Amino acid sequence: MKRVLTPEMIEQMRSEIYDTLTDSTTSHEQKVTYLARKAENFLTVLDEPEGLDELMRCDIDTRCICNLFEGDAPYRPRYICIDFPKFLREGSAFLQLGPARDFSEALTNLMIMYHNIPSITNYPVFIGDLDELLDPFIKDLSDDEVKKALRLWLTTVDRTILDSFCHANIGPKASRLGYLLLEVEGELENAVPNLTMRVARDTPDEFILAGIKCALRSAKPSFANDAMFRSELGDDYCIASCYNGLYEGGGSYTLSRLILSNIAKRAKNIEDFEKNVLPWVMDVMARYMDERIRFLVEESGWFTTSFLATEGFVRRDKFSAMFGLVGLAECVNLLLEKEGCHERFGHSEKANQLGVEIMNIIEAFNNNHYNPYCEATDNHFLLHAQVGIDSDHDCSPGTRIPIGEEPDELVDHLKVINLFHKYFPSGTGDIFPVDLTVHQNPQYVLDIIRGGLGMDIRYLSFYSSDSDVIRVTGYLVKRSEMEKLDAGQNVRQNTTGLGLGAAKNCKILDRRVR
Amino acid sequence: MVTATVNKIIPFSCVDGPGNRTAVFLQGCNFDCKYCHNPETIHSCVNCGACVPYCKPQALRMEQGKVRYDMEKCVLCDECFHHCPHGASPRTREMTAEQVMVQVRKNMPFIRGITVSGGECTLWRDFLAELLTLAKAEGLGTLLDSNGSHDFSGDPGLMAVTDGVMLDVKAWSRQDHLAVTGRDNETVLRNLCWLAENRKLTEVRTVIVPDLFDCTETVEAVSRILSETGSTATRYKIIRFRPMGVREAYKSLPAPTGEQLSRLRDIAESYGLQDVVTV
Ligand code: SF4
Ligand code: SF4
Repeated sequence: MKRVLTPEMIEQMRSEIYDTLTDSTTSHEQKVTYLARKAENFLTVLDEPEGLDELMRCDIDTRCICNLFEGDAPYRPRYICIDFPKFLREGSAFLQLGPARDFSEALTNLMIMYHNIPSITNYPVFIGDLDELLDPFIKDLSDDEVKKALRLWLTTVDRTILDSFCHANIGPKASRLGYLLLEVEGELENAVPNLTMRVARDTPDEFILAGIKCALRSAKPSFANDAMFRSELGDDYCIASCYNGLYEGGGSYTLSRLILSNIAKRAKNIEDFEKNVLPWVMDVMARYMDERIRFLVEESGWFTTSFLATEGFVRRDKFSAMFGLVGLAECVNLLLEKEGCHERFGHSEKANQLGVEIMNIIEAFNNNHYNPYCEATDNHFLLHAQVGIDSDHDCSPGTRIPIGEEPDELVDHLKVINLFHKYFPSGTGDIFPVDLTVHQNPQYVLDIIRGGLGMDIRYLSFYSSDSDVIRVTGYLVKRSEMEKLDAGQNVRQNTTGLGLGAAKNCKILDRRVR
Repeated sequence: MVTATVNKIIPFSCVDGPGNRTAVFLQGCNFDCKYCHNPETIHSCVNCGACVPYCKPQALRMEQGKVRYDMEKCVLCDECFHHCPHGASPRTREMTAEQVMVQVRKNMPFIRGITVSGGECTLWRDFLAELLTLAKAEGLGTLLDSNGSHDFSGDPGLMAVTDGVMLDVKAWSRQDHLAVTGRDNETVLRNLCWLAENRKLTEVRTVIVPDLFDCTETVEAVSRILSETGSTATRYKIIRFRPMGVREAYKSLPAPTGEQLSRLRDIAESYGLQDVVTV
């Protein structure tokens, strides 16, 4: 069914455009992005499954499916993770760049490339395995020379890529560049880029500790379980955007999410939820994603015209799509309440087990759903524990325990996490503010990370409870910038606005300090 | 198996030695430091029942002449031990080493070891040896947090299962030590040297209370010993006195200024110590 736009809807859209144009808190760049999205939404090109309007284009308190502001005519993949090694090795005809021959050429070429990678936000969500990419170029340079260049380059990244969904990777091998990068990132305390250190058994403690020291100042890197990602996606995986495991040289066509907390509202009881309501909503969302992918691949022309595709920096068959979800905790609590039980997710065996049961149903559904263009991942989507958006109410990110309800003991918290991380190859993660600075014991965090590697824990983030850069849900913002925005001033990064919303709606400043 | 009176077990601790450790606090101490931050751990409960009426959520009750504690009901308000006339706490449990290990194992694989603290943990020497042996069997590290009153050099059995000791040096001169703790420090100082020489000294701590003892002399002498024994990499924690938790009579002892602390740090570092921490 193609959507029909009524004159009232068009009037409404026109007034939204006017509001966007005249909004005093968004910068010019942000306005251009929002306006493009509004223009896209005048098209009605998708053959949408029945029930989508009811489940998605409805009041926020009843919305069961959310497309995370993807427009109604997808003309580029949501997340693009280009093959940077190939680019540095070969250059690009379109960009009129040859192979990078030294450190400054590599940095410049990368910066040029970043400017030409689209995404849902128009900024690149993956900017490379920086240590592997750049380490070969610094043999003849002193530490000071490298740090100076990195400082300038990273500052340029922070000031020109205007949202924190931009993600760089380092590890699992230690390298001189990796150490220097961590040192510089710790000094700069910038929100962009987001950074993940992939940690394997043989990653040296010293390197992880350098990462932890950096994280206690600048809230990054986060730590990914390298063995777990590798076992699911293979060796050419990367971490993009918030914490999404995707293919380097590929990416994700699209991401929609199930709002489980609202889906539970529609169910009479647990059985009705599991047998009827959830399967129906999943089916509508999966078919909606299929149609988005079909349009993008077959009609939009992106894969046949973009130089990224034609020059082989991405391959269509290394793309997949992300089947997201939020609000498992609230969903479980509500379903139990409907059964007259007041046990809470994160605190009772029964509630946690119901969470596991629901995840098993979602996983089984996804494993049975066939999409012709997700060959990279066996023609299935990848499950994704979405980090939430600023307007979410009473709906925790992915499978997280709600803020304010965290178990008293971190060990109990980790054991709950351990039940759920395994379902999400395309990303999940938990965040812990820690208060360690005065005790100078970064090994405390190291032990937790190492412990997680031996279990099913995929991705952990830490920040110091008193630092300026903090992790909102997946992305980073500066407290000082949020305060500016709250006072009505323009700020550079669009994620600051999301962070402020999350601070107000999702209590991110109230997390239990460990 | 012997039992010990366990005051509490903290599953994850970032302040009781390097890395993440489960910290086990045993009840009872043979020192009586004026600035003690946990005076309720000094003495053993005599089951007088005086604390019971102060417990609003009724987590305490008397049963057959003994005070019983119900952890589920407790809201951790600390009213009970604030009203204990004996410097004890009713919130303790008699546990065997194996019972403690059951709690410790729940925290694996996230911990690198355990730290046994107090009170003064060495007052439970036999229990301690059993607990550390069990921990070693799990591949866990073992640290003791001690006031140094136990002669470690004369206890090879215990030292065989102890990776290291975090030692309090409360004051250097005998008179000062008597004034702070009520006991002399001959054994403490012998332990300092012996542990350092035998590479069993994980950390030294001194709580700084300028009006109570000669802090400069103490920091200087400890630093000298660490330097002379080649232990410059051993952490020396110089701790600011804080009135939190301290008994009324001593609450008003003045805390050192930031300047005083950094002067002490400079002294320690002038002896070549590489890991001086002021908190
Ligand atoms: S804790 Fe103190 S007040 Fe309570 S019963 Fe024991 S000795 Fe008496
Ligand atoms: S801390 Fe003591 S007084 Fe307070 S609830 Fe617990 S047992 Fe009762």
